[in-house]
Amino acid sequence: MSVMGKTAEAVPTGTREYLTFRLDQEEYGIDILKVQEIRGYEPPTRIANAPNFIKGVVNLRGTIVPIVDMRLKFNCAQADYNSFTVVIILNLRNRVVGIVVDSVSDVMELTPESIRSAPDIESAIDNSCILGLGSVGERMLILLDIEKLMSGVDMGLVTANE
Amino acid sequence: MAETYQEGSGAGADFDLSQFYQIFFEEAGENLDQMEQMLLDLDLSSANDEELNGIFRCAHSIKGGSATFGFSDVAELTHQMESLLDRLRRHELQPIPQMVDVLLESADASRSLLARHQAGGQGEAVSTTSLVRRISELAAGLVPGDAPAVAPPPPPAAPAPTPATQAAAPAPAPKVVTPAVAGQARTLEIQIGPLDRLEQADAIKELFRDIPGLGAIRDIESPQANTRSFAVETTSTNDDLLDLFAFHVAKEQVLIRDAAAPASGAAADEDEETVLAAGAPGGEAYGFFSEAPGAPRADAPHAAQAPAQAVKVAAAPKASEPKVAMQAQMESTTIRVDVKKVDQLINLVGELVITQAMLAQNSRGLDAGAYQQLLAGLADLDRNTRDLQESVMSIRMIPMSIVFSRFPRMLRDLANKLGKKVELVTLGEATELDKGLVEKITDPLTHLVRNSCDHGIEMPADRLAKGKSEHGTITLSASHQGGSIVIEVRDDGRGLSREKILSKAQERGIEVSEQMSDAEVWQLIFAPGFSTADEVTDVSGRGVGMDVVKRNIAALNGSVEIDSAEGYGMKVSVRLPLTLAIMDGMSVGVSDEVYILPLSSVVESFQVNADDVSTVAQGSQLVKVRDEYMPVIALEKIFQVPRFDPNKSSNIMVVVEADGSRVALLVDELLGQHQVVVKNLESNYRKVPNVSGATILGDGTVALILDTGGLVRRARH
Repeated sequence: MSVMGKTAEAVPTGTREYLTFRLDQEEYGIDILKVQEIRGYEPPTRIANAPNFIKGVVNLRGTIVPIVDMRLKFNCAQADYNSFTVVIILNLRNRVVGIVVDSVSDVMELTPESIRSAPDIESAIDNSCILGLGSVGERMLILLDIEKLMSGVDMGLVTANE
Repeated sequence: MAETYQEGSGAGADFDLSQFYQIFFEEAGENLDQMEQMLLDLDLSSANDEELNGIFRCAHSIKGGSATFGFSDVAELTHQMESLLDRLRRHELQPIPQMVDVLLESADASRSLLARHQAGGQGEAVSTTSLVRRISELAAGLVPGDAPAVAPPPPPAAPAPTPATQAAAPAPAPKVVTPAVAGQARTLEIQIGPLDRLEQADAIKELFRDIPGLGAIRDIESPQANTRSFAVETTSTNDDLLDLFAFHVAKEQVLIRDAAAPASGAAADEDEETVLAAGAPGGEAYGFFSEAPGAPRADAPHAAQAPAQAVKVAAAPKASEPKVAMQAQMESTTIRVDVKKVDQLINLVGELVITQAMLAQNSRGLDAGAYQQLLAGLADLDRNTRDLQESVMSIRMIPMSIVFSRFPRMLRDLANKLGKKVELVTLGEATELDKGLVEKITDPLTHLVRNSCDHGIEMPADRLAKGKSEHGTITLSASHQGGSIVIEVRDDGRGLSREKILSKAQERGIEVSEQMSDAEVWQLIFAPGFSTADEVTDVSGRGVGMDVVKRNIAALNGSVEIDSAEGYGMKVSVRLPLTLAIMDGMSVGVSDEVYILPLSSVVESFQVNADDVSTVAQGSQLVKVRDEYMPVIALEKIFQVPRFDPNKSSNIMVVVEADGSRVALLVDELLGQHQVVVKNLESNYRKVPNVSGATILGDGTVALILDTGGLVRRARH
């Protein structure tokens, strides 16, 4: 589980739909098929000795779901929790994980032609988790391989030997 | 299924196995389906070990179950299948199409035998004699087609004869004996005797009077003084008649002749022979009246070969009739539901309870007079949701006694068979276990208990020679420990031999060294096909058991540990996670956070005085409780609980015990005791130190359940 190559389906082939969300000034896109639902933020139960971006666990209809604050993971300047804070519940390989983002924008269709490979840049996350940069008009989307990102050992969601 | 369990739970020590028949039949059915599918998928030219092992395991499980329940015909057939498969997976034989054919036919035969048992022995038994012989020939490396004289006809309930057998040799004609066909009136001459009292036979006459549609009976002259003869007109089969008569006279004493054919005729001879064979001790029958009259006899050598084809065609539809009837009976009275659906139901009810609690909270301030109806409705809702939650929960939770009560009978039979004396002790039967786990833990436990009895416990003479009591003891215990369920199978037998395991492992090409720890050596017995038994019995010794045990338990995220001392016995501990076990919990508060302690591990709690706590080297603290010093663990510290209110502080100690040692946990307050549903934290997150799981509190928030075993170990080391 820890190390996964870019799966065949993760590489965009045909037109795909992406859910876009904002973190600070940046706009990100993730495969809509990985998204289970979008919810408001409710204070989770803290887990001791977890990294700071893991806020804890919540009860999602009887399932215990860990909540990752992407703003802390991506070193955003601000991470407030108010009535507008949104949690995207993801369903990744039979695991359910919630991510906290600033806001959810919309769902966009992107053709493979409109996606360019990402340049090698230094960022808070592993570069291989970025599928590419999508451009829609004036906007630029950073497309994430959310599954790979979430199963990385440094996310602390899975144990290293799993 | 729920019904079956509820019935069973009231009868803890009852040896009646019938309550498990249904489970066994369903499991066996699944195993047969799986085996059939795997056989069909098997690529003969390059059969891999995994597939062969899989097929083998199916046969093994069916054998184990049917032996437990005393279905010796099925056990015998599957034992033969297993022998053949065992040679295949050891690469001693090359798989050929005939093997697959015969195995598929055997699976069909097992299915109809099982269906017959399920129907309480109604219907005609399928003959397994020919199948058993074909299998053993194949297992011995012979191809049946090579020797036409030996080639047996297909069994009556099996599908159309396989092309292989047909091409190899004209199958010897199965003898058609018309009387066996149900639904056709025929005249029989029944001779009963020798009898001590001839009046016994009157009961047979009463049968015909009492059972409508059975037929007509009248007395005729008997050739011998101590026997009675009757002329009977009936549509029932000989088998059915014999079963009926069995209430009054022994089967051996009944002789059925077809009155239409003279007694000297070949058909009647054949028929008579059949009936006698069934009663004869040590006959070909496998514990049951298996050789149905009219069923093609495997060794009908004198039959003419020419009419073979015609006869076969005629016989086919007849043979298929009982099979259709049996399949209809195989329908179960329970519904098997995917565990996921039950889980979903439980989660939804949990949500409902929380919503209901919220409504109750919000309606508290309402004026009782003005909102009378609303409040009455809410009270009803409260009651209904609680009832609903209780019933939904009860779907899944069943006590371990359901599993344990399977064993006394099995062990008794097994001990008798092996000539050993064994006592079974069961502990912790009330431990509640998830139904899904119970179903899956039963087979591994059966293997472990069988192993203990077969390999562990010595013969009574050997035990006396070693200075042990004549009776061996096998102990089964279940308990909640450190957030897991631990089921132990313990025996005071000969234990494991380190040398024997190491040398066996070397023989099998497993890399071993003398430096391996005992625990590592014990783990070797989990390798597929590993056995230290000197001979293969139908109880165990093929080495398939432990491999299955490990695989099944690993599938449940559990672990198996072995502890053994040569000469003194061994202990196998199966540790299972609590996927959905309900636990009595004690909730404690630390700052604003709530943690749950398993109530079973809580010993006492008290308000602490500063004087009682002493600090020793490296800052660890000890508290003195009634002349005993125990380590103190401040939950605030190990869980790094943030403090918002400086006035609150931890001044209550909760003493918990695990693995025989005690520690004192320092908390702020005791909040209460309640039943909690244990949720697995690891299904979506990773393992958290000192936490065994999580639960959902009444207000919908999550609380972590402490792993007291882990905390104790942490403090003691």
